[in-house]
Parts: sequence; structure tokens; C-alpha cells
Amino acid sequence: MTLKYPMKDRIKTTFEQKGKKLLNVYFTAGYPTLEATVPLIEAVTEAGADLVEIGMPFSDPLADGPVIQHSGTVALQNGMNMRVLFRQLQGVRQRVPDAPILLMGYLNPVMQFGVENFCREAAEAGVDGVILPDLPLDDYVEEYQEIFRRYNLRPVFLITPQTAPERIRRIDELTDSFLYLVSGPGTTGSQQGQAEGVQEAYFQRIEAMNLRNPRLIGFGIGDKSSFDRACQYAEGAIIGSALIKAMDGVDDAPAAARRFVQSVLN
Amino acid sequence: MATSAFAPNARGYYGQFGGAFIPEMLYPNVEELRNQYLDILADPSFQQEYQQLLRDYVGRPTPLFEAKRLSAKYNTRIYLKREDLCHTGAHKVNNTVGQILLAQRLGKKRIIAETGAGQHGVATATVCALMGLECIVYMGEIDMERQKPNVYRMRLLGAEVRPATSGSKTLKDATNEAIRDWISNPVDTHYIIGSVVGPHPYPDLVARLQAVISEEMRKQLLEKTGSELPNYVVACVGGGSNAAGAFYHFLDEPDVKLVAVEAAGHGVDSGHSAATSVLGKPGIIHGSRTLLMQDEDGQITEPYSLSAGLDYPGIGPLHAYLGDSGRARFIAITDDDALRSVAELSRLEGIIPALETAHALAALDQIGAGPDDVVVVNLSGRGDKDLETYLKYAEKLTEQK
Ligand SMILES: Cc1ncc(COP(=O)(O)O)c(C=O)c1O
Repeated sequence: MTLKYPMKDRIKTTFEQKGKKLLNVYFTAGYPTLEATVPLIEAVTEAGADLVEIGMPFSDPLADGPVIQHSGTVALQNGMNMRVLFRQLQGVRQRVPDAPILLMGYLNPVMQFGVENFCREAAEAGVDGVILPDLPLDDYVEEYQEIFRRYNLRPVFLITPQTAPERIRRIDELTDSFLYLVSGPGTTGSQQGQAEGVQEAYFQRIEAMNLRNPRLIGFGIGDKSSFDRACQYAEGAIIGSALIKAMDGVDDAPAAARRFVQSVLN
Repeated sequence: MATSAFAPNARGYYGQFGGAFIPEMLYPNVEELRNQYLDILADPSFQQEYQQLLRDYVGRPTPLFEAKRLSAKYNTRIYLKREDLCHTGAHKVNNTVGQILLAQRLGKKRIIAETGAGQHGVATATVCALMGLECIVYMGEIDMERQKPNVYRMRLLGAEVRPATSGSKTLKDATNEAIRDWISNPVDTHYIIGSVVGPHPYPDLVARLQAVISEEMRKQLLEKTGSELPNYVVACVGGGSNAAGAFYHFLDEPDVKLVAVEAAGHGVDSGHSAATSVLGKPGIIHGSRTLLMQDEDGQITEPYSLSAGLDYPGIGPLHAYLGDSGRARFIAITDDDALRSVAELSRLEGIIPALETAHALAALDQIGAGPDDVVVVNLSGRGDKDLETYLKYAEKLTEQK
């Protein structure tokens, strides 16, 4: 089969080249202003972020805490939607050629847009992966896997401290990008007040499974020290709420984002 | 129980509706429930405790009352299934009694719930007090205002009521907050969902726990009319739990016409409505694929109904399927028509219904029942919680159509 979208595997390349201490940042498309999306991608990658996750705002984001909820509400008020996002992303690959870009969001807006349409537009914009936390594994396999493959889009699935080992193996089998390790119980941005050693034991347990895919740790990572700590147990970490907070009320969001990323890495 | 044609499949689908669209953080909890709920419900010790509580604590069986003056007015034979006489004043407690016993068997120590009208919150707070379990109820800020007496009742019962301040600040948002709480407390907490909504197995679990309503109806109808089967069963639908309970044992009886009554708010086309079966398209809400009020981008839109218990932008997947397959007929009733029915039942039968329930009553002149037909209306709850609203709209209550 000839792939219509035989693009380079940016996710794989990024992990292979850097190997460790990868920083993946999340922000919501259309926040704080409608047109901020692409300038922010440029700003954070210039500042050293290795991967970028772009949140597609949803009215009812069940897995998100107050900060990301609020950014989504603002983005929707600003007029963000799927068509606007794909229009904004046209040409992003001329400016940011190498950093993997992932879209993260909830299934309903994707379903209404049409899964095939969504995948085609994403692939044409140069998107590498998709994270849909409320898409069940079985439904993915039965209904969407083929479509994702056709457009060379990589799904990313979450793993939590409660995910059973067999299920982790299955997720690893279905993945060809990275595993998203949720650091503990809670929605995005929640501080993990877990007993000493509990989190470490979980990360080490996953590490010992020798999975095919690299791992990034997310939820509750917000500064240099939590980033460095997470990097001891995985190839890197994901920061979302803290970045969004850093852009709150500023005039120059890309500059604030740049400073924030530098503060995590330096 | 012959409910085969309308039972969900192994993955929780009723036709194209249902399923479990949940983030991974909830997967172990929902999976635990899915693996165990049928065994626990079938367990003799569960059944014994459940039946005993339904009888001695809830006050079941609830009467089936022949409403003669109402019947005369509509020229048909109307029976009221008196769920308003349940302890706490609505059908909601049938579910919470069952789920608290389930939670105990799952070893859970902390109970969370969402509530709209406050009836489910009160029913949850009640069984938590009974069993000595911690109880946290999420309630939209707007609903806390319009159903104040129920907020006080929950607090008196020892529950913590947490306001949901996002979105439309009503039932949908309270449900979001309850789900987020569950994500944050995955091990010790059981989520007692209040209607036949949410990820599989909740719609089936709640329907089974409410099915006692139609089980009793069949026996009572046989006694009173000589037949277990009525011609019509009418119930209001928010998420659809009282309707699911009232329909359950009639689902496979094609001669029994099922009527589900939604809230039209200011009118189906007014832009202020909660008539999901008319305004909704297939989509995902609270872990279930069902009919959903949403905009063209798939953002969930804010419903409106004067009645807090019907102010929800989805319906349970069973009801989406019943509507889609033609098994149930859906009727939408406006705020004003519901208010008139409050006054009507109060004055004709001496029963003050809940505002939710009044929607079902207001459909009586649309169902097409004849003089010899037997119509059962599920009187899902009593109106005490709505007195402030009734006072505010006193003029509308008694104005003529
Ligand atoms: C009395 C009463 N009836 C009906 C409802 C609607 O819920 P459901 O559709 O699940 O029966 C409520 C919800 O609060 C209620 O309090």
C-alpha cells in the first residue's frame, strides 16, 4: 500500500535523537487569544520544548481541572473550533518543521467533525498524533484504528496507577509513539499529595515492564523540580496547567510561554 | 424478567446508543462495577436486604391509585403510581438503596452523587446516613437556589453539598464535577449516579433498581383492572430513571404504549428547551453515546427547563433507543403547561406533584387514550421541594389554557 501521507515519523525521531528529558507542553488552541495558537507553538519550541500538545477546547472536559477548563471556556468564547484550528495550522510545518505536534481533546467534537475528516485535516496540517482520553480502547480498535493508520496519525493512550498490567501491555501493543503516564489520581493540574514513595513505586513498576514505547509523565508537573524528578523515571514529562497559568493576564502570551519553558529547562 | 429485546449488549449498547466513553482514570472503577453488578444484584443476601429496605424503610409497595376526578376530566381511566409516597418523596430512593448496598459490597467508604432537583441528592444523603457512610453531593449553583429546601435536607442528613459553578451551573455541570471527584478518588469512592445515564453499566444498573416500579404496577393492575397490562404508561424523562422503572416490565409487551415526556421549557423551538429527543443528535455525554443537545461543533449546549430535574441536555441511552426504534413515543411539555397540571392535580385529587412529574400529567390530553383505556402515570415525586417556584408562578398555575 502506498501511503498518501508518508511523512517522517517525527515522534520516533524526537525520542531517538534526544532520548531523555523530553519536555512536552500542552496549551489550549485559541487561548488566551484566538490567533495565539501558532505563535505559541513557535515560542515554546524555540524555547526548547520537544513536543507540543494542542488542546481542542470542549464544553465539558471531564478529565481537566479548573485551569484547563477555564482556558477552554475562553477559547470557545474567542471562537475556536475545529475548522478554525485546522485553518490556523496550515503552514505550521514551514515554521516548525521537526517538533511533533499532537492534538488532544474529547471525542464528541471529533465525532461531529467526522473522524475521517478530522484525521485527513490533521494529517494535511502535519499533525503527528492524537490524544482522546474518552475514546475507549475497544472502540478505537474496532472503529478508528484503520482510519488513524491511513493518515499515519499516532494515538496516545493514558496509563494510570490503577491500570492493570495486562491492560498496560495491550495499550503498549496498540501504541507506536509514547505512553502517557498519569502521575496519580486527579484531573489535570491537580497537585499529587500522595504518600512518600507511592508514585516512585508506580513509575518503577512501569519501567520494569520493559515496554516497547517510551514514556512521558503528566498531570501535576509544573516547574523545574517536578520536571526533573519525573525525568528520573521516564523519557520526559508533560506540562499543561502551569504553562496556561503563566499566560494568565499577560499582554504577550508567546513571550510568557517562552520564559516559562526556559524556567523549566534551565 | 423478559426484557431481552431492550437489554444492553455486553458492551452496554442499546442499538447504537450506550457504551462507556470514559477516560482511563475511570476505567478500573467502571470495569469493577461492570464485572460485579449482575452477580451482586442476583445475590440472595443482597436481594434480601434490598427488599427489606424497600418495604420497611422506603415504604414499598407504593399504592396504585385510581384518580377518578382526573379520569373524568380526560375521559379515560387514569391510575397514579404513587412514587411520591416513597420515603424522601420521589422514586430516586429505590436506586440509592440498591446502590448503597452495592457500594458496601464493593468495600467503598465514601459516596459521591450529583443532583438536579435535589431529590437524588436527598435520597443519597439519606441512605448514607442510614449506613454511616461519608456523603458528598454536587449540585449546580442555580439548582441550589431553586431547590433550597433540598439543600437544607441534605445538610441536615449530614451530607456535604458542593456547588458546581461551571457551565450552566445545573445538572450537567454537577455531573461533570462528580465525575471529576471520582477521577480524583478512584479507590475508596463509589459514585451513585442518579439516573439511567453515564457509562455502562450505570444505565442498566439504575434501570434494574427502578424496575420495582413496573413490577408492582403489573400486580396492582391485575388486582384492580383484571389485567396486568395497561394501555398506556406515561412518565417524565430527565435522564429517564423513573420512566425506565415504569417501562421496564412492559418493554416486551408491544400492546402497552410507552409515553416519555420531556421538558420543552419555553417551547421546543424557543432556544430555551430541554427536549432532547427533538433537539438532540447522537453524541457523547457523561460517558454514554446517546441523543445530546449540542451545536454543530459538538459542544454541548445548555438546556433550559423551569424544572431542575429535567434540565439535562441528554437522555439515557435506553430512551434514545426506545425513541429511535419507535417503541416509545416522546412528547414535550412547556413550563406553563406543567405548572397548570400542578394546580390541576392538586385540586382534582388532593396531590401536589413535583414539577418534573407535572410534565407527565400535562401530556394526558395528547396521548390519545379513549374511555376504556387504562393509563398509568408514574407520579415520580411530590411537590414540597417546588413550593417556592409554585408561589412565584401562582398566577400561571391557575390560568386557563
Ligand atoms: C420527582 C422527579 N421526577 C423525575 C425526575 C427526573 O429524573 P429521571 O428522569 O431520572 O426520573 C426527578 C429528578 O430529579 C425528580 O426529582
